[in-house]
Amino acid sequence: MAEGHSPLAQFEIKRLVELNAGGLDVSFTNSSLFMVIAVAAITLFLTWSMRGRAMVPGRMQSMAELSYEFIANMLKENVGSEGRKYFPFIFSVFMFVLFCNLIGMIPYSFTVTSHIIVTFGLAALVFVTVTLVGIFRHGFKFLSFFVPSGVPAVLLVILIPIEIISYFVRPISLSVRLFANMLAGHTLMKVFGAFVIALSWWGGWLPLAFISALTGLEFLVAFLQAYVFAILSCLYLNDAVHLHH
Amino acid sequence: MEVEAAKMIGAGLATIALAGVGLGLGNIFGSYISGSLRNPAAAPKVFGNVLLAFALTEAVALFALVIAFLILFA
Repeated sequence: MAEGHSPLAQFEIKRLVELNAGGLDVSFTNSSLFMVIAVAAITLFLTWSMRGRAMVPGRMQSMAELSYEFIANMLKENVGSEGRKYFPFIFSVFMFVLFCNLIGMIPYSFTVTSHIIVTFGLAALVFVTVTLVGIFRHGFKFLSFFVPSGVPAVLLVILIPIEIISYFVRPISLSVRLFANMLAGHTLMKVFGAFVIALSWWGGWLPLAFISALTGLEFLVAFLQAYVFAILSCLYLNDAVHLHH
Repeated sequence: MEVEAAKMIGAGLATIALAGVGLGLGNIFGSYISGSLRNPAAAPKVFGNVLLAFALTEAVALFALVIAFLILFA
């Protein structure tokens, strides 16, 4: 078999424009290109479909308004009325993850969110933002978040470290969930694609049927993972804004 | 024992975690079906929670997958 046919070769980072900033490699890579494509697609989708500003929305305007209301309702349900000021943040994160996941489904493209550094950057952004929101709102009372109410003092000794550890695991679980879903999905599709070719005309239709079903599932997973990322960010925001468990 | 053989065994052992994940997923959807058969009107309202629970449980399966990959390839 020729090289470059490993199912993991699709995740390789290729430098498109070599750039150097004082010894640091800041090249424009295929990952950066697809992030720019995702942001351009989001901006085009939202601005172009709203250009008519019709009172009774047509198809495209409906979709744009639907995505807005989806996140607005998510924030209202999970954070309450104070959630409104965090809407741009949660909406941007949700749309970015969603479009990066969906653009990765195009054949021969690159899935930005299939790299742990990208998903960790997003999860760290959410974690730090939520923690800062909690600290600026409540000051030192924020630490009362780690002390659940109605617990006997004997259990508190072991419960508080557990609470602190599970709080710091949040960015890790948030990032690894998205990363592993994208990695596993695309690797599986590549492996079954290789099976289709390897079994050629007499057996190739079976993995082909499986891959068709899997592609449908991957579209669902793309939406679902973006939704889960957004709703968990809202839940963490709720924890920071209203300090009870 | 060779390192390669130990890596393979380790990766195989890591998939034992999927038993728990299978139980959890079956539990979630089983209780959703059971609840929505008793109260069909409430089913669409709670479906969002079902998807959230599914994704959170699936994440545990993927944590196991990441450990298996780490054992095999790192």
